Amino acid sequence: MADSDGRQVDGVNHATDKDVKLQEIALAKNEGKELTKEEKQRLRKEKKQHKKNKKDDKGPPEKEKEKEKASVPAPSKPATQSPAHKAAPAPVHASESAAAAEKPAKSKAELRAERRARQDSERTSKQGKKEGGQQSASSKPKATPNELQPVVKRLPEHVQVDDPAALKKLAKKLERQQKSGQGCGLNKTGVEVPLRSDYGYKVSLFSHLHQYSRKSPPTLQISIPATVIHPSIVRLGLQYSQGIIAGSNARSVALLHTFKQVIQDYSTPPNEELSRDLVNKLSPYISFLSQCRPLSASMGNAIKYIKKEISNIPSQCKEEEAKGKLQACIDSYINEKIILASEAISKYAIEKISDGDVILVYGCSSLVNHILCKAFEKQRKFRVIVVDSRPRLEGREALRRLVKKGIRCTYVLISALSYILPEVSKVFLGAHALLANGYVMSRVGTSQIALVAKAYNVPVLVCCETYKFCERVQTDSFVSNELDDPDDLIVTRNGKSHLENWQTVKSLGLLNLVYDVTPPDFVDLVITDLGMIPCTSVPVVLRVKNVDQ
Amino acid sequence: KDNTLVEYFRAQIRGDPDVASAVAAIRSLLEFLRRDQSETILGLRENMTQAIRRLEETDSSVAVSSGGELFLRFISLTSLEHPDLSQCKNVMIERGELFLKKISLSRGKVGKLCHTFIKDGAKILTHSSSRVVLKVLENAAADNKRFTVYVTESQPDSAGKRMAQKLRKLNIPVMVVLDAAVGYIMEKVDLVIVGAEGVVESGGVINKIGTYQMAVCSKAHNKPFYVVAESFKFVRLYPLNQQDVPDRFKYTADILKTVKDLNQEHPMIDYTPPSLITLLFTDLGVLTPSAVSDELIKLYL
Repeated sequence: MADSDGRQVDGVNHATDKDVKLQEIALAKNEGKELTKEEKQRLRKEKKQHKKNKKDDKGPPEKEKEKEKASVPAPSKPATQSPAHKAAPAPVHASESAAAAEKPAKSKAELRAERRARQDSERTSKQGKKEGGQQSASSKPKATPNELQPVVKRLPEHVQVDDPAALKKLAKKLERQQKSGQGCGLNKTGVEVPLRSDYGYKVSLFSHLHQYSRKSPPTLQISIPATVIHPSIVRLGLQYSQGIIAGSNARSVALLHTFKQVIQDYSTPPNEELSRDLVNKLSPYISFLSQCRPLSASMGNAIKYIKKEISNIPSQCKEEEAKGKLQACIDSYINEKIILASEAISKYAIEKISDGDVILVYGCSSLVNHILCKAFEKQRKFRVIVVDSRPRLEGREALRRLVKKGIRCTYVLISALSYILPEVSKVFLGAHALLANGYVMSRVGTSQIALVAKAYNVPVLVCCETYKFCERVQTDSFVSNELDDPDDLIVTRNGKSHLENWQTVKSLGLLNLVYDVTPPDFVDLVITDLGMIPCTSVPVVLRVKNVDQ
Repeated sequence: KDNTLVEYFRAQIRGDPDVASAVAAIRSLLEFLRRDQSETILGLRENMTQAIRRLEETDSSVAVSSGGELFLRFISLTSLEHPDLSQCKNVMIERGELFLKKISLSRGKVGKLCHTFIKDGAKILTHSSSRVVLKVLENAAADNKRFTVYVTESQPDSAGKRMAQKLRKLNIPVMVVLDAAVGYIMEKVDLVIVGAEGVVESGGVINKIGTYQMAVCSKAHNKPFYVVAESFKFVRLYPLNQQDVPDRFKYTADILKTVKDLNQEHPMIDYTPPSLITLLFTDLGVLTPSAVSDELIKLYL
């Protein structure tokens, strides 16, 4: 501290506010106070401001030092007051103040060497700390592709498709991820996780979302054999992008099985720890999968769970033991959260199905089909009306499964909904995710069914496992959605397809939405594995779950 | 042993007509626990569940069922890790007495909470005879507030007339109206207060038949509809509509035992959905219908 005071008293032509700022940073680091995200951003902005102001009177060495200063507080975690940590900023401060005093005397090369030495010492001091789940010194804090952060100040980058700066950042991030996965020794053969480009004209309300074509899968540009992405992940990505695996539960289970395979094939590199390295290995895979098809809320929760389990592996655990433990964790997750949960939900749901009921279902939800099959086995007398909609026509799959069991079914398209509703006694809907404010996110068309059912006073029951509950809050279907291939809307009848050349008509846009949100006033009851709750109690369940964990 | 429990229960109700039926049931269960001779904790629990079932057969109201279940959960919530069975039993009896003391005070708490919502010069509409509503009105009268009360007759047992008599004894001006006159009288009244036999998970209430009608009318006229209930009436049911309420609550115990075809009988209770209820006054505080589920999760999980 005396140094900086001395400098100020010096009266040399340094701008005093710059010193104050550096003092502030040093103070914060030395006291071990955690710089909050806002403070860090503010400091960064102010530093940039300083750089602009002093472009003329300070030379490049000063700028480089400031940039390095900016990167040093960002990745460092000032939470623990270890002496090693304090030692790192102290030499920075001291050398920086020394350099400031005799700035013109030092050459660029000497400064660069100094900086490298400092970074090395910092890296070793960080690796000395035995905390799990730390970021490596080289990675900057990046916005995770997961949009399930509890405090989201702005939309996550991958959703801001109409912002060119955000797209550039995303491309750079993908490059960085696959480069860090390659390690040294392999030749850098260019970008292996390509940024998928959008296809066709997008309706302006949804221009912030990606719209991909099924004809150009992201796997086309990947070299064979894929060096960065594990082959089963490539296969999974292709299955997602072509729609071979569809449905919330199916996608999550496939993801978890693929991760089991990845963990099986993984081997820890020599100077790394499994708990940290494996998480870093998984990040490019997850980016790749979200390029193939945006992650669902259930997949996001599963990934969070896996990352937590990996980072909780104690460092003295042997590799085989750790891998076995992780595989057992994944198996138990699938068993508890998906299979057993559907058994529990069927038990509660069967109480709500009485003899003589006419039940309406929409699309193909694995959970609802399971409930109806179980109820039929328990000798309940009911019949089912399956409502279907273009272009996915998933109701046909549900119809096939129910008819195979022997349940009496009727099949209608969604346009006939108001005609058929007076006959219906209950509506069973599946959900893709349940949001924290009680809104239900599900296949497009669900909110329509809930609305018309409410108008006819028919009770609407939503069946959803608790692992699909997410902390996000959304009140409309525009903010965060998924756009499917617009070519799916082209229909060929009698050999003629009228929309074939839709791209040539400049003012025509085809919109193929995948999800929509239903407000809680239209939903009467939510059946989860914890029991039957009203739609407004979702945050209570989230709170109880967080307390458990 | 079967009959002594039921006799004790009936004696409790006869001895203190003002007591809530659930409180009387819990007192009998506590006495049953004291006299129980089982050798293991599992046997004890089974006997208690049997006892609750027998009490439900005597008095088929929702409150007895919910009160019994909550009692059982409360006494077994402690760590019953003592090696000696009699020690465990003493712990359970102690907790049972604590539970009983708490719920005997709950009616008073509700009365204190709710009477401030009755303003001077208010006109109140209530349905059938509820002891909790009586306590609320008593507290309001003691606070020197002037108000008039309209009570529905509430057939088939004319419980409303009994309520009117009790109110007259407290010097509160009261008028008895027909059940069919609820729509007619709604424009005159300022607020509606009813009791509840059971509060369900969705935040709706189960109460004497005619409550649902009153709720719909008050919603149409934009009058506040308040429900007063103690917390031991919270039950883990979730009816979707009137049909979904289990039959064992809809009819009185004797009818359930004697009559073959229940479709010929008229139900004694109905279900009011939470969208029609403004606020619920309980000893846990003043709750909105959506907060009931939160409280239930805390009570039961």
